[in-house]
Amino acid sequence: MGIVKTCAAFAAFLLAGGSAGAQGAKPTDPQIAHIAYTAGVIDIEAAKLALGKSKNKEVIAFAKDMVRDHTAVNQKALALVKKLNVTPEDNDTSRSLAQKADEERATLSKLRGPAFDKAYAENEVAYHKTVNGALETMLIPDASNPELKDLLSTGLKIFQGHQEHAEHLAEALK
Amino acid sequence: MRHALLLAAAACIAGNEACAGEVIKIKIDQLAYAPASVTAHVGDTVEWKNADFIAHTATSIEGRFDVMIPAGGTGRLELKKVGSFPYTCRFHPNMKGELQVM
Repeated sequence: MGIVKTCAAFAAFLLAGGSAGAQGAKPTDPQIAHIAYTAGVIDIEAAKLALGKSKNKEVIAFAKDMVRDHTAVNQKALALVKKLNVTPEDNDTSRSLAQKADEERATLSKLRGPAFDKAYAENEVAYHKTVNGALETMLIPDASNPELKDLLSTGLKIFQGHQEHAEHLAEALK
Repeated sequence: MRHALLLAAAACIAGNEACAGEVIKIKIDQLAYAPASVTAHVGDTVEWKNADFIAHTATSIEGRFDVMIPAGGTGRLELKKVGSFPYTCRFHPNMKGELQVM
Protein backbone atom coordinates (compact mmCIF):
# COMPACT_ATOMS: atom_id res chain seq x y z
CA MET A 1 0.00 0.00 0.00
CA GLY A 2 2.87 2.32 0.87
CA ILE A 3 4.28 1.74 -2.59
CA VAL A 4 1.03 2.69 -4.25
CA LYS A 5 0.85 5.81 -2.09
CA THR A 6 4.37 6.80 -3.08
CA CYS A 7 3.42 6.35 -6.70
CA ALA A 8 0.26 8.37 -6.29
CA ALA A 9 2.27 11.15 -4.66
CA PHE A 10 4.68 11.09 -7.57
CA ALA A 11 1.78 11.13 -10.03
CA ALA A 12 0.37 14.18 -8.29
CA PHE A 13 3.79 15.82 -8.48
CA LEU A 14 4.17 15.05 -12.18
CA LEU A 15 0.64 15.90 -13.18
CA ALA A 16 0.75 19.15 -11.25
CA GLY A 17 3.54 20.09 -13.64
CA GLY A 18 6.43 18.90 -11.49
CA SER A 19 9.46 20.93 -12.35
CA ALA A 20 11.91 19.48 -14.82
CA GLY A 21 14.01 22.57 -15.00
CA ALA A 22 13.10 26.01 -13.80
CA GLN A 23 9.89 26.24 -11.81
CA GLY A 24 6.89 26.14 -14.12
CA ALA A 25 9.01 25.88 -17.27
CA LYS A 26 8.32 23.23 -19.88
CA PRO A 27 10.87 20.43 -20.00
CA THR A 28 13.26 20.60 -22.94
CA ASP A 29 13.81 17.69 -25.35
CA PRO A 30 17.09 16.64 -23.64
CA GLN A 31 15.22 16.61 -20.31
CA ILE A 32 12.25 14.72 -21.75
CA ALA A 33 14.60 12.11 -23.22
CA HIS A 34 16.25 11.74 -19.81
CA ILE A 35 12.92 11.36 -17.99
CA ALA A 36 11.63 8.74 -20.46
CA TYR A 37 14.89 6.78 -20.35
CA THR A 38 14.99 6.92 -16.52
CA ALA A 39 11.39 5.70 -16.32
CA GLY A 40 12.36 2.71 -18.47
CA VAL A 41 15.42 1.87 -16.38
CA ILE A 42 13.33 1.98 -13.20
CA ASP A 43 10.85 -0.54 -14.56
CA ILE A 44 13.66 -2.82 -15.76
CA GLU A 45 15.20 -2.75 -12.27
CA ALA A 46 11.86 -3.53 -10.63
CA ALA A 47 11.45 -6.45 -13.06
CA LYS A 48 14.93 -7.74 -12.24
CA LEU A 49 14.05 -7.65 -8.56
CA ALA A 50 10.90 -9.67 -9.35
CA LEU A 51 12.90 -12.17 -11.40
CA GLY A 52 15.20 -12.69 -8.43
CA LYS A 53 12.44 -13.01 -5.86
CA SER A 54 9.27 -14.42 -7.39
CA LYS A 55 8.40 -18.06 -7.95
CA ASN A 56 5.06 -17.26 -9.57
CA LYS A 57 5.01 -18.24 -13.26
CA GLU A 58 2.80 -15.34 -14.31
CA VAL A 59 4.80 -12.77 -12.38
CA ILE A 60 8.05 -14.08 -13.86
CA ALA A 61 6.59 -14.00 -17.40
CA PHE A 62 5.37 -10.43 -16.86
CA ALA A 63 8.74 -9.30 -15.46
CA LYS A 64 10.53 -10.81 -18.48
CA ASP A 65 8.14 -8.92 -20.78
CA MET A 66 9.00 -5.69 -18.95
CA VAL A 67 12.75 -6.24 -19.29
CA ARG A 68 12.42 -7.08 -23.00
CA ASP A 69 10.09 -4.22 -23.99
CA HIS A 70 11.66 -1.45 -21.88
CA THR A 71 15.13 -2.47 -23.05
CA ALA A 72 13.95 -2.28 -26.67
CA VAL A 73 12.34 1.15 -26.13
CA ASN A 74 15.42 2.50 -24.36
CA GLN A 75 17.69 1.22 -27.15
CA LYS A 76 15.49 3.09 -29.64
CA ALA A 77 15.67 6.18 -27.44
CA LEU A 78 19.47 6.00 -27.25
CA ALA A 79 19.74 5.55 -31.02
CA LEU A 80 17.44 8.54 -31.54
CA VAL A 81 19.29 10.93 -29.20
CA LYS A 82 22.53 9.91 -30.90
CA LYS A 83 21.04 10.58 -34.34
CA LEU A 84 19.64 13.93 -33.20
CA ASN A 85 22.89 14.76 -31.48
CA VAL A 86 21.02 15.42 -28.24
CA THR A 87 22.57 14.74 -24.84
CA PRO A 88 19.94 13.63 -22.33
CA GLU A 89 19.98 16.06 -19.44
CA ASP A 90 19.39 15.11 -15.82
CA ASN A 91 16.67 17.16 -14.15
CA ASP A 92 14.46 17.39 -11.06
CA THR A 93 11.77 15.11 -12.48
CA SER A 94 14.30 12.38 -13.34
CA ARG A 95 15.90 12.70 -9.92
CA SER A 96 12.54 12.54 -8.18
CA LEU A 97 11.57 9.48 -10.26
CA ALA A 98 14.81 7.73 -9.34
CA GLN A 99 14.52 8.60 -5.66
CA LYS A 100 10.94 7.36 -5.38
CA ALA A 101 11.89 4.20 -7.25
CA ASP A 102 14.73 3.53 -4.79
CA GLU A 103 12.25 3.82 -1.92
CA GLU A 104 9.77 1.52 -3.66
CA ARG A 105 12.45 -1.06 -4.39
CA ALA A 106 13.54 -1.00 -0.76
CA THR A 107 9.95 -1.63 0.37
CA LEU A 108 9.42 -4.37 -2.20
CA SER A 109 12.66 -6.13 -1.41
CA LYS A 110 11.51 -6.70 2.20
CA LEU A 111 8.51 -8.72 0.99
CA ARG A 112 8.44 -12.40 0.10
CA GLY A 113 6.28 -14.94 -1.70
CA PRO A 114 2.68 -14.01 -2.56
CA ALA A 115 2.94 -10.73 -0.62
CA PHE A 116 5.82 -9.67 -2.88
CA ASP A 117 4.00 -10.81 -6.04
CA LYS A 118 0.88 -8.85 -5.12
CA ALA A 119 2.81 -5.70 -4.19
CA TYR A 120 4.94 -5.91 -7.34
CA ALA A 121 1.87 -6.29 -9.59
CA GLU A 122 0.03 -3.43 -7.85
CA ASN A 123 3.11 -1.26 -8.09
CA GLU A 124 3.39 -2.01 -11.81
CA VAL A 125 -0.21 -0.90 -12.32
CA ALA A 126 0.35 2.33 -10.38
CA TYR A 127 3.74 3.00 -11.97
CA HIS A 128 2.52 2.53 -15.55
CA LYS A 129 -0.52 4.71 -14.81
CA THR A 130 1.79 7.44 -13.56
CA VAL A 131 4.21 7.24 -16.46
CA ASN A 132 1.40 7.02 -19.02
CA GLY A 133 -0.27 10.06 -17.45
CA ALA A 134 3.01 11.97 -17.61
CA LEU A 135 3.53 10.95 -21.25
CA GLU A 136 0.01 12.04 -22.23
CA THR A 137 -0.13 15.32 -20.38
CA MET A 138 3.47 16.51 -20.33
CA LEU A 139 6.16 14.59 -22.16
CA ILE A 140 4.45 14.06 -25.55
CA PRO A 141 2.80 17.52 -25.80
CA ASP A 142 5.99 19.26 -24.66
CA ALA A 143 8.41 17.40 -26.94
CA SER A 144 9.52 19.61 -29.83
CA ASN A 145 11.29 17.15 -32.10
CA PRO A 146 8.77 15.15 -34.18
CA GLU A 147 10.84 11.94 -34.03
CA LEU A 148 11.06 12.18 -30.24
CA LYS A 149 7.29 12.84 -30.11
CA ASP A 150 6.69 9.75 -32.31
CA LEU A 151 8.86 7.50 -30.17
CA LEU A 152 7.16 8.72 -26.99
CA SER A 153 3.76 8.10 -28.60
CA THR A 154 4.75 4.55 -29.55
CA GLY A 155 6.10 4.13 -26.02
CA LEU A 156 2.74 5.26 -24.62
CA LYS A 157 0.90 2.55 -26.62
CA ILE A 158 3.37 -0.08 -25.40
CA PHE A 159 3.10 1.06 -21.78
CA GLN A 160 -0.71 1.21 -21.96
CA GLY A 161 -0.46 -2.46 -22.96
CA HIS A 162 1.77 -3.08 -19.95
CA GLN A 163 -0.70 -1.30 -17.68
CA GLU A 164 -3.54 -3.52 -18.89
CA HIS A 165 -1.34 -6.61 -18.57
CA ALA A 166 -0.38 -5.56 -15.02
CA GLU A 167 -4.05 -4.97 -14.14
CA HIS A 168 -4.89 -8.53 -15.26
CA LEU A 169 -1.95 -9.86 -13.26
CA ALA A 170 -2.88 -7.90 -10.11
CA GLU A 171 -6.48 -9.08 -10.44
CA ALA A 172 -5.38 -12.72 -10.79
CA LEU A 173 -3.20 -12.44 -7.67
CA LYS A 174 -5.98 -11.05 -5.47
CA MET B 1 0.41 -22.55 -68.40
CA ARG B 2 -1.47 -25.82 -68.72
CA HIS B 3 1.63 -27.58 -67.53
CA ALA B 4 1.79 -25.40 -64.43
CA LEU B 5 -1.83 -26.11 -63.58
CA LEU B 6 -1.28 -29.83 -63.90
CA LEU B 7 1.76 -29.60 -61.66
CA ALA B 8 -0.21 -27.62 -59.09
CA ALA B 9 -2.96 -30.22 -59.16
CA ALA B 10 -0.42 -32.99 -58.71
CA ALA B 11 1.10 -31.14 -55.74
CA CYS B 12 -2.35 -30.84 -54.22
CA ILE B 13 -3.03 -34.54 -54.48
CA ALA B 14 0.31 -35.21 -52.86
CA GLY B 15 -0.81 -33.03 -49.96
CA ASN B 16 1.87 -30.45 -50.63
CA GLU B 17 1.55 -27.27 -48.57
CA ALA B 18 1.67 -25.19 -51.75
CA CYS B 19 -1.86 -26.28 -52.56
CA ALA B 20 -3.28 -25.19 -49.23
CA GLY B 21 -5.51 -22.12 -49.42
CA GLU B 22 -4.57 -18.54 -49.52
CA VAL B 23 -2.11 -16.74 -47.31
CA ILE B 24 -3.96 -13.96 -45.50
CA LYS B 25 -1.58 -11.20 -44.47
CA ILE B 26 -2.07 -9.10 -41.35
CA LYS B 27 0.31 -6.29 -40.56
CA ILE B 28 1.17 -5.27 -37.02
CA ASP B 29 2.12 -1.62 -36.76
CA GLN B 30 2.07 0.69 -33.74
CA LEU B 31 0.47 -2.03 -31.60
CA ALA B 32 -2.46 -2.66 -33.92
CA TYR B 33 -3.41 -5.61 -36.11
CA ALA B 34 -4.32 -4.36 -39.60
CA PRO B 35 -6.83 -5.41 -40.64
CA ALA B 36 -8.13 -6.11 -37.16
CA SER B 37 -10.75 -8.51 -38.45
CA VAL B 38 -10.24 -10.92 -41.35
CA THR B 39 -12.44 -13.52 -42.98
CA ALA B 40 -10.73 -16.68 -44.21
CA HIS B 41 -11.36 -20.32 -45.04
CA VAL B 42 -10.26 -23.56 -43.47
CA GLY B 43 -6.94 -24.44 -45.12
CA ASP B 44 -5.86 -20.80 -45.45
CA THR B 45 -2.82 -19.59 -43.59
CA VAL B 46 -2.73 -16.34 -41.64
CA GLU B 47 0.60 -14.56 -41.65
CA TRP B 48 1.25 -11.71 -39.22
CA LYS B 49 4.08 -9.39 -40.14
CA ASN B 50 5.36 -7.35 -37.24
CA ALA B 51 6.62 -3.88 -38.20
CA ASP B 52 7.11 -2.89 -34.53
CA PHE B 53 10.45 -3.03 -32.75
CA ILE B 54 8.99 -5.13 -29.94
CA ALA B 55 7.73 -8.73 -30.00
CA HIS B 56 4.02 -9.51 -30.12
CA THR B 57 1.81 -12.58 -30.11
CA ALA B 58 -1.50 -13.53 -31.68
CA THR B 59 -3.13 -15.44 -28.84
CA SER B 60 -6.64 -16.83 -28.97
CA ILE B 61 -8.80 -15.54 -26.11
CA GLU B 62 -10.25 -19.06 -25.85
CA GLY B 63 -6.85 -20.77 -25.82
CA ARG B 64 -7.08 -22.16 -29.40
CA PHE B 65 -3.74 -20.81 -30.65
CA ASP B 66 -0.71 -18.86 -29.50
CA VAL B 67 1.55 -17.53 -32.25
CA MET B 68 4.82 -15.72 -31.43
CA ILE B 69 5.62 -12.82 -33.75
CA PRO B 70 9.14 -11.53 -33.15
CA ALA B 71 10.07 -7.85 -33.57
CA GLY B 72 10.42 -7.22 -37.30
CA GLY B 73 9.49 -10.85 -38.02
CA THR B 74 6.51 -12.97 -38.98
CA GLY B 75 4.32 -15.61 -37.40
CA ARG B 76 2.01 -18.05 -39.20
CA LEU B 77 -1.08 -20.05 -38.37
CA GLU B 78 -2.83 -22.61 -40.56
CA LEU B 79 -6.58 -22.44 -40.11
CA LYS B 80 -8.12 -25.82 -39.35
CA LYS B 81 -11.48 -25.05 -37.83
CA VAL B 82 -14.55 -23.06 -38.72
CA GLY B 83 -15.53 -20.40 -36.23
CA SER B 84 -14.96 -16.94 -34.89
CA PHE B 85 -11.68 -16.54 -33.02
CA PRO B 86 -11.02 -13.33 -31.13
CA TYR B 87 -7.35 -12.90 -30.27
CA THR B 88 -5.02 -10.55 -28.47
CA CYS B 89 -1.33 -10.02 -27.76
CA ARG B 90 -0.28 -11.70 -24.51
CA PHE B 91 2.27 -8.93 -23.88
CA HIS B 92 0.01 -6.02 -24.84
CA PRO B 93 -3.64 -6.91 -24.18
CA ASN B 94 -4.70 -3.52 -25.58
CA MET B 95 -4.16 -5.13 -29.03
CA LYS B 96 -7.26 -6.92 -30.34
CA GLY B 97 -8.06 -8.86 -33.49
CA GLU B 98 -10.47 -11.44 -34.83
CA LEU B 99 -10.33 -14.31 -37.32
CA GLN B 100 -13.59 -15.36 -38.97
CA VAL B 101 -13.02 -18.82 -40.43
CA MET B 102 -15.59 -20.25 -42.85
